[in-house]
Order: sequence, then structure tokens, then C-alpha cells
Amino acid sequence: MSDQKYPKPLPTPSPETQRFWDGTKKHELWIPYCRSCQKSYWYPRDFCPHCGSRDVEWRRSGGKGRVYTFAIQYRAFHPGWTSEVPYVTALIDLDDGVRIFSNLVEVEADPKALRCEMPVEVVFEDVTEEITLAKFRPVSE
Amino acid sequence: MTTDKEKAGWLKRIAIVGADESDEIGMVPHKGVLQQHSEAALNALDDAGLSLADVDGLFTAGASTLQVAEYLGIQPTYTDGTSVGGSSFVIHVEHAAAAIAAGLIDVALITHGETGYSNRFRKVSRAPMDPWFPAAQFEMPYHIGGPPSTYALACMRHMHQYGTTHEQLAEIAVATRKWAMLNPKALMRDPLTIDDVLSSRWITYPFHLLDCCLVTDAGGAIVLTSAERAKDCKKQPVWVLGSGEAQTHWTLANMPDLTTTPAAISGPRAFEMAGVRHDEIDVVEVYDSFTYTALVTLEALGFCKPGEGGPFVSGQRTAPGGDFPLNTNGGGLSYTHPGMYGMFLLIEATRQLRGECGERQVADAKLACVNGTGGALSSTGTLILGAD
Repeated sequence: MSDQKYPKPLPTPSPETQRFWDGTKKHELWIPYCRSCQKSYWYPRDFCPHCGSRDVEWRRSGGKGRVYTFAIQYRAFHPGWTSEVPYVTALIDLDDGVRIFSNLVEVEADPKALRCEMPVEVVFEDVTEEITLAKFRPVSE
Repeated sequence: MTTDKEKAGWLKRIAIVGADESDEIGMVPHKGVLQQHSEAALNALDDAGLSLADVDGLFTAGASTLQVAEYLGIQPTYTDGTSVGGSSFVIHVEHAAAAIAAGLIDVALITHGETGYSNRFRKVSRAPMDPWFPAAQFEMPYHIGGPPSTYALACMRHMHQYGTTHEQLAEIAVATRKWAMLNPKALMRDPLTIDDVLSSRWITYPFHLLDCCLVTDAGGAIVLTSAERAKDCKKQPVWVLGSGEAQTHWTLANMPDLTTTPAAISGPRAFEMAGVRHDEIDVVEVYDSFTYTALVTLEALGFCKPGEGGPFVSGQRTAPGGDFPLNTNGGGLSYTHPGMYGMFLLIEATRQLRGECGERQVADAKLACVNGTGGALSSTGTLILGAD
């Protein structure tokens, strides 16, 4: 897939987040973790926003979690998404202890098919040669 | 010796002495943002019996204080461009009160002007975000959308956790429309039913179109000064009795609890400072970007318990004639909402406390609670205002 063919906004990895994007490219989900207060945090920073420590590292996530909340989008706010509506945005509570924003895929964009607390797992979408996005799909309990 | 309460509170030392909209609000394609600011500023100063020459402190959001001051032809010696979304102007009141109380300024002018409706025709676009910013990397690629979708995510969690229903949200839209029907300046004045709300199209589930605020052109301004200076003004002062400010997050993934708002922090600060109880408040003006915003704000401010907002607003309790007058100008849902609506909460609360509201006047209104919300339920400013 070339960059020209992907019509939606793409992330631009920064030095402090590059490790995350390197991970998704390999179909791995890596989350920052504070060795000082022993908690994960989101999004990537070179220090821990819980305690201010700089003693932080990256840990690989199991990629499992639950839907904290979701919304169904019936309008595209960017022309690249016009053909995708309706689509589902969601906040996912990962079992690793962080909440991240993403899309729910492989599920009908219908309130009857969706509920808070439904279990999900990460699925990787290679959108360009450089960028892979981490999205989530429902799994059985 | 001052008492603890005197040290903490503004008591009756700071007053709102002027408040008004710009000359035309609603759909005003022939006027620009700075015209909206300036018309409102001149109207509010006239309402106070003051002039531009009296202003030494300027507070605004959206446009910079440099742009607004030059356009007005003033050279303020104290400025504050705190810009945290629709709550900004409510927060400016606390900042202005502090500056007046500290003796740094005598007269504070807070201005607002936006052309949210007409921008689309003039092709006014927002400045692009720095691509390294967290929201650009971790929200935009998943197409988070605008405020309808962020607030919808919060509302969905509230519905899941507490059983809040579409019908309860619609109660707010209908009650607010009834107030708008009593306000000649409101844009939407046709009768509305709960069925109308529930049968309007989805914008972002769980929001129907009629759960969402308007997008209009408008300007507004208020003027504050000290109690001493207020004696020379045209109308009775509206006292700033208590104030609070809070913010909890920018990206939605970092919002500590999606079922409340920072009003749970700013609200208690304002009530405690003013030394008043919830059951003493006569009229409540809170940001209603969506029906849900008003509902969750009532909970966060403590007018009801967390999760009880749905039952609390049911039975048209917040409509004219109900026992909880809410958003008496018709709100962002039906009166006007140019983008950052907080200014208009202040104007309406001031008018209610002065008894200037005609058909929609809440009888004997002496105490008002105002709460502005900004960002993605990110920031709030709460005020307790009072009349003599």
C-alpha cells in the first residue's frame, strides 16, 4: 500500500513515540511503564505522568481489553472517511491498566451489536509501508 | 483582621456592571469576528454607563487580546487570553476578579466574538495541529471527529453505568426550547416535542441531531469593576460571590472519569467561597453543547447525585414553570451557540439577577449558578452570582 492511496490522516511518529510505532509495524503493542511507581501510562512520554519519575521502560501488551465506551459516527469530519461511515470510535481499557483511543472493527456499526465492557483484542491494520494502526475487534468472553 | 471567609471569598467586592450581546446574533454573514467583539463591548460598556476609556483590563479567548485591543482602540495594562474552550469567559471572571481585588485594574472588559455559522461560507479553517502532538498521533488517525463524537463517548458510558435514557436527554432539549420560545433573541423558537428529538437523525450515536447545540454567529461582552466603582454605574451590581476553575485532561483517553466533569472540582470551590447552599440557588445557567452536557453538569455541580441526572430532569422540571429553572435564555441548544458559548451564560445570569428578562424572568431571582464547560469536557469555570 502506498502513502498516496491512504486518504485518511496518518500519525507522524515523534522521537518519544517511535518505539510504539516500530512495535505496531511488527504487529506488537508496546505500552510505556514506570519502574518507580510500577504503573503503565498512556500516551508515550519520557517520564511518568503518575509520579514524575524518568525511570520508565516499554512493556509489551497482551493486546486484550474491554470497551470502556463507544460512539457510532454517522458523519465524516475528513473526506478520507466519507466511504467509511458509519464507523465506531471507542476507548479501550487494556488489561495492562491503560485506556487508549481507537476504532472497533470487524463489528457492525449498530447499537445492538455494541456494548460497554465487551471484550476486545488488538488487530493491526497496515495502512502504509511505514504506519500500522492498532485497532480492536470483539472476542468472545 | 479578616475572617477566613473574607480571605477566601470575593464577598461583595467585585461586581458585574455591564452585559450584552452584539447588535445581531444568529446567522450574520455580513459581520466578522472582530465586529462581533466590538459591538458587544460597546453595548456592554453602555449598559454599565462606562466607556472604552475606562477599560484597563482586557480578557478574551479565540481572537488574541492584541487583535481585540487594537480593533477597539485601547491599550490595556492587564490582559488575559486564557483559551480553554467554551468555559474560558467564565474563567476570565475569576481572573478579572482577582486582578481587581489585587488593585491591578479598575475596569475589566471580557469580550467574545465568533462566526461559527458563517465560517463555512468564508472558508475559514482552523490552524493545523502540530503532528507530533498526542492528539495528532493517537486520536486523529482513528478519526475521533469533533465535539459531537467526544461528548457522545462520555454520554454512552453514562448511559451504560447509570441507565440514563435518550428520553431523559430529550427532556432537556424540549425544556430548553420552551425557554427559547420566550426569548426574542433565540434562533430556534418553534415548539419541540420529545418525539421530535427522538426521531431526528443520528449525528453521533447516542446523540440525535436535536441533542446537539446550534452553530451560530454571535458576540457577547461583560464588564466588571470594584464595589466602589460600581456605585457610579448605571444599573444595580451583580456580585461575584464565589468562583472556581478546574481542568482535568485534553485527550479523552486521559479523562479520569467519563461520567462526570471538572465541575465536580470547580463547583464545590465556588459554592464554598460564596457560602451558599444548592437549595438557595434561584436560577442555573450551564453549558449545553449537548443535552448530555447539561445533565452531567447538574450532577457534577451537586444539584443531584452522580447518575441521577436523568430522573432529575424528567417531567419537564427544568422548563418554564418547573421548579428548577435551567438555561433560561434557551441555551446553546436553541438560543445561540457560536462555538465557545460560555459568555452567554454570564449575560443571561446577569439579566436574570437584574430582573430584566421579561416573559422568561424567574421570579425574585437573587442567586445564580453559572458553569461553563470547554474542550472535551476538559475544563470548567463555576460562578455563584448574586443580586442585593
